[in-house]
Amino acid sequence: MLRVELLRLAFQSGRQTLVAVDGVSFDIAAGETFALLGESGCGKSVTAQGIMRLLPAVGRILGGRVCFDGEDLLALSEAEMRTWRGGRIAMIFQEPATSLNPVLTVGQQIGEVLWRHLGLRGAEATGRMVDLLRQVGIADPERRLNEYPFQFSGGMKQRVMIAIALAGEPELLIADEPTTALDVTVQAQILDLLARLQAERGMSILLITHDLGVVARMAHRVGVMYAGELVEVAGREAFFGQPRHPYTQALFEALPDISRRGRGLATIPGQVPSLGRMPSGCRFSDRCRHVMARCREQSPDWRKLDGHAVRCHWQGEAAEAGEWRHPLTEMEGAAGRSFLEVDDLKVHFPIRKGFLQRTVGHVRAVDGVSLAIAPGRTLALVGESGCGKTTVGKALLQLIPPSGGAVRLGSNELVGLKGQRLRAVRRHMQMIFQDPFASLNPRLRVGDIIAEGMEALGVSGGGASRRAAIAALLAQVGLPDEAMERYPHEFSGGQRQRIAIARALAVQPELLICDEPTSALDVSVQAQILNLLKKLQAELGVAYLFITHNFAVVEYLAHDVAVMYLGRIVEQGRAEEVLRQPHHPYTKALLSAVPAPRLEALAGVIRLAGETPSPANPPAGCHFHPRCPRASDLCRSQYPATVALSATHRVTCYHPE
Amino acid sequence: MMGFEIVILWSDLLIWLLVAAGVALGVLIARNPPLLAAWRRVGANRIGMASATVLLAFVLVGLLDSLHYRVALEGKPGQKVQYAVEVLSVLDALATPLRTRNEKTYSEPFATRLYAKETIDVPGQGSVREYPRLKHGGQHLGEREGEVAADAGFTAFRAVALAFVVWMALAGLAARVAGDGNTDGWRRIWRGDTAFAWNAVLIACGLILLIAVPLFSLSGQYHVFGTDKVGQDVFYQVLKSVRTGLIIGLVTTLVMLPLAVLLGIVAGYFRGWADDVIQYVYTVLNSIPGVLLIAAAVLMMQVVIDTHPQWFSTAAERADLRLLALCFILGITSWTGLCRLLRGETLKLRELEYIQAAQAFGVSNGRIILRHILPNLMHIVIIALVMDFSGLVLAEAVLSYVGIGVDPSMTSFGTMINNARMELGREPVVWWSLAAAFSAMFILVLAANLFADAVRDAFDPRAA
Amino acid sequence: MLAYIVRRLLYALPILIGVNLITFALFFVVNTPDDMARMQLGVKRVTPEAIQKWKVERGYDKPLLWNAEVGGLAKATETIFFEKSARMFVGDFGRAEDGRDIAREIASRMGPSLAIALPTFLLGLFVTISFALTLAFFRATAFDFWGVVLCVAMMSISGLFYIIGGQYLISKVWRLVPISGFGAGLEAWRFLILPVLIGVVSGIGSSTRWYRTIFLEEVGKDYVRTARAKGLPETLVFFRHILRNALIPILTGVVVVIPLLFMGSLLTESFFGIPGLGSYTIDAINAQDFAVVRSMVFIGSVLYIVGLILTDISYTLVDPRIRFE
Repeated sequence: MLRVELLRLAFQSGRQTLVAVDGVSFDIAAGETFALLGESGCGKSVTAQGIMRLLPAVGRILGGRVCFDGEDLLALSEAEMRTWRGGRIAMIFQEPATSLNPVLTVGQQIGEVLWRHLGLRGAEATGRMVDLLRQVGIADPERRLNEYPFQFSGGMKQRVMIAIALAGEPELLIADEPTTALDVTVQAQILDLLARLQAERGMSILLITHDLGVVARMAHRVGVMYAGELVEVAGREAFFGQPRHPYTQALFEALPDISRRGRGLATIPGQVPSLGRMPSGCRFSDRCRHVMARCREQSPDWRKLDGHAVRCHWQGEAAEAGEWRHPLTEMEGAAGRSFLEVDDLKVHFPIRKGFLQRTVGHVRAVDGVSLAIAPGRTLALVGESGCGKTTVGKALLQLIPPSGGAVRLGSNELVGLKGQRLRAVRRHMQMIFQDPFASLNPRLRVGDIIAEGMEALGVSGGGASRRAAIAALLAQVGLPDEAMERYPHEFSGGQRQRIAIARALAVQPELLICDEPTSALDVSVQAQILNLLKKLQAELGVAYLFITHNFAVVEYLAHDVAVMYLGRIVEQGRAEEVLRQPHHPYTKALLSAVPAPRLEALAGVIRLAGETPSPANPPAGCHFHPRCPRASDLCRSQYPATVALSATHRVTCYHPE
Repeated sequence: MMGFEIVILWSDLLIWLLVAAGVALGVLIARNPPLLAAWRRVGANRIGMASATVLLAFVLVGLLDSLHYRVALEGKPGQKVQYAVEVLSVLDALATPLRTRNEKTYSEPFATRLYAKETIDVPGQGSVREYPRLKHGGQHLGEREGEVAADAGFTAFRAVALAFVVWMALAGLAARVAGDGNTDGWRRIWRGDTAFAWNAVLIACGLILLIAVPLFSLSGQYHVFGTDKVGQDVFYQVLKSVRTGLIIGLVTTLVMLPLAVLLGIVAGYFRGWADDVIQYVYTVLNSIPGVLLIAAAVLMMQVVIDTHPQWFSTAAERADLRLLALCFILGITSWTGLCRLLRGETLKLRELEYIQAAQAFGVSNGRIILRHILPNLMHIVIIALVMDFSGLVLAEAVLSYVGIGVDPSMTSFGTMINNARMELGREPVVWWSLAAAFSAMFILVLAANLFADAVRDAFDPRAA
Repeated sequence: MLAYIVRRLLYALPILIGVNLITFALFFVVNTPDDMARMQLGVKRVTPEAIQKWKVERGYDKPLLWNAEVGGLAKATETIFFEKSARMFVGDFGRAEDGRDIAREIASRMGPSLAIALPTFLLGLFVTISFALTLAFFRATAFDFWGVVLCVAMMSISGLFYIIGGQYLISKVWRLVPISGFGAGLEAWRFLILPVLIGVVSGIGSSTRWYRTIFLEEVGKDYVRTARAKGLPETLVFFRHILRNALIPILTGVVVVIPLLFMGSLLTESFFGIPGLGSYTIDAINAQDFAVVRSMVFIGSVLYIVGLILTDISYTLVDPRIRFE
């Protein structure tokens, strides 16, 4: 139905024209989901915008055809194109929070489409809107039509976006990373919704994503993009059964997974070439492990094997495992005595209101968390956004003063510690932050950034010895000496995260608090960082508190797991216990909501209703009861006590499974 | 050789301090690649660099006018040297003919006669009412008064030729700097291949030379912009006004900068009661309409100056201090905007992860502010500095008109306009004073605005 | 809503007290009444008796903050601070140098000020927003470029030039309208048309540029992309989506000045001889009438604070996020 032929798109930058999408061709049949997969900057979103002719102001269409039902969209006038946009082709975007107009009601925003494409107005339109909202699973649609986007939660906003897209009764829906900004449980709801709507309406979907799990869950056929080119197109079975392009294979092998525990992840060396400096031959040649002389000279042509098309010179089969992996030994074995103990930690932020700014309530961001971390081990703190996991990390370091509870490091009580003594204790713990672009001061040289902690805490002497220490640290995280003299903007995201790790290691801490250190990175870079963290743990015996929402990373890395919901820990124990035999309904649901990048999966999926409530006003009784399939009257009235299932495994639930 | 005594007025001191600060900043920038990269972007902006060249010409005039001295009076040898009451500047010395060749009253540009009829005794005809001949303007022509156009044209032509020669020399110099060994520097400039916008600078230089050289060479023989009510050359007044405008535009920001930066950072970084107090202070100051607050403060300053005449030894010193006081008042009433901006940005910065990383190391607050916050606020400060300049130059004119600006004895665009506005009511109209003041101000402010835009585009991270 | 307004009013009180203290300090502490008397009387006529007489006439002979000579509450009330500063809160501004009651003078001069300022404001807003919207609509074209160049040029011209040039050209050369003056009732329009026109033109440069920046910022946002993806025509995208959102930042700068319109414009009124508050202020400054300047400072701040409150209220009308909180 949709046929894209040799589409070439570019950005104008001064006098330069940077080609972002170079000769992409694919087609989508009616009722089919075609997934365009790729890492950031590979041109997949630009392709989608090019099809809709919604490129940003500097974007240019250089050539190619986009045929929809035989009509070339690129040849239409802008006015004609408008009857297609929102009509036969609709689009939804990554950020539901910013994609809706904040000052118009939901009804007005859906109504526009009905008026524009179906000529509906008045009561007829209202009726249709109520239908649409009901279809996308929004309760009480009559009332909600008159509400504004800020009155909806993130997942609900994406449902509204979908309703807007459906209003024009499109034959093709382009979904640009529709669930990337959402939590896993909400992501599962939205993906289910999209799949159901597709089945009901026989609509085609062009799904743009970086997540192999989402692809496995949704796609009928898959196209892999790399550096502005499509490199592999295959049906779902063929793609997951036997990926052929070395890039695709490497992507699969870079995924952290429980089966890879104890082994290093495969990494792709280097990074995606920038738009201005594309290699002349195969664009993946610099990073490919099967690279041949020919690859550097000649861009490969498509090779087809029963519907599975690959653009690669290499004719070998799936990866021969082993030789290029560098195994790591994992420090298994019993945990030693814990050196950091957190007892009933609380962080409450006051809500002030009124003339005199009286405190009228508290946001209970962290409400009684108890943890223990032993040397050389990794404790993963898992939860969805807003559950307070980052606040726990910052409160441990006393970056946010806790409102109550105790944090004991060895024999020192940290809560309430000030000045010189706090500084002395801080040497033992450091933090790695989520956003590698915000965590390094752009005005300082890398050497100065790393030296900062050493100076503040008086580690190692000055001058030459400090330089040597910094060089050693850089070598430890895999960066060359001369990085010292350069500024952060000269480094890529993964390299910056290495610098941040070196900075934290500079004061030789025993505990590193890692706050989602890989969530801003692409899969291949994430693998590099995870490998590095594992290697450092093996070499230095440093313990990690790993704060994350990504279960794959947890499965791969963690010794112990604690699951948080609304400021409290609902289940904790050794990784094997929590991941293999989860007992809390929330843990179970979380685990089953994660889309697995495999063909099997989907079995026995537990779907959670609703989204996480606000920590300012948590539900009475067990915080989880409004979303819990097993909730009883007891759950609604009283918060459950913690039950020990084994020496290490504890769950806070009346009805553990 | 006449003896002289160097006089350093307070404003001179500040303006040279500013120059020194500018040089120091330049050195600092050269050592800091991220800042240097931003300035390189400014350097690549053609409109920005052309306007910077024009601004530089104005600054040069202002700096020449900021080296003051007093001439020694001729006295008997052996006596203690007495100095003249009048304080002169290097610019005055260079423009001595302009300064000293005063007429009686109004005369048109390039006129050879006064603009008002007078009763003259002509031998043989008794007293006649007619336009008397000027004492200086076009005097060299003698009886050939009708040849003004030809004479002025010829002088202008010679000056243009001279300007062209000077410009060629400059262009040659630029070509040598811009050449990269392979291609000819001149060709690179011509095609706009250079990273620095040499072609824009050269065009601006050419225009300046084309206008300035003929103006100066003609002003020796004519009053190119006419004369004012007391017969003073208007071109000279324009030159003198430049310094006043520059001081108002630059010293004011110098006053407000430390206040805004310090309070803004303190409020944003420490929050709590310090934030409350600072916010209260700037809300209060902000809620008084600017002109009225300035008016009230200037009125009070006038009372202070008038009731303490013993503080000032010369009139120039008094006018100078009044100018500085005006800068202070403007600075104190205008820091609130920048302060609020910096507070907001600091609030954002302090939540950034590299600041939290520093806090996690136990780096002291003072050090965090100096190393992490201040450098990352610099772009806002620089943008505010260049953006405010043009507004202040315009404000000076309005304030002087209202009567709360600079000392009436001090030449400025405002006082020029103020003195000239009554003349619009005359028949026929006296237009040249106003036209000269407005044009000079327009060129200065336009150049400043365009330069400010270039700086903002280069420094604003959102634009990049 | 009412509670909200009351709360905003209560916030305003400490600010007004601060303004009051600043003016008090400026007018009575920086310079003593003796200094002011010396200045007003001129150097020649200064005698201790004349100074005393000057002070008594104006009530400046009392102590600043605390009158120890009288008893009871009068200790605090019979002072310069209470009589000259604190009483401004109840609308008592005292008398000007010419002996007239300042409060009544202000009340009678507000009308003419408003007659100029309000049309200037409304017309100016309409013209600049339309111009800015047009520029943003044709963004990144030659029209936009030259429009911005025109704006920068216009904002580089002194406000005085607009007035002087306009008066000269329209009134003197073309003789279309009287050069200055003010009439009562409907006749006033002949006098108003030129100052309003000049006021609008002189504001075009900077306002248009500012609004254009705001519009362009909105144009880049995600919801605009959504609106385009719906297939809406560009005009609808602008008027329905972008304009509505851009109004929020525009309101911040605009509503706050509405009450200040009562104060009139210093320059326009003095050039055109309009008997409003602007020319009143200028005359007071030139005559060094401290009582009037002091009163104007206070009224100006009151009006500004009223403007702030109006801004807050107007937000609730435009921005649903605030309305529903």
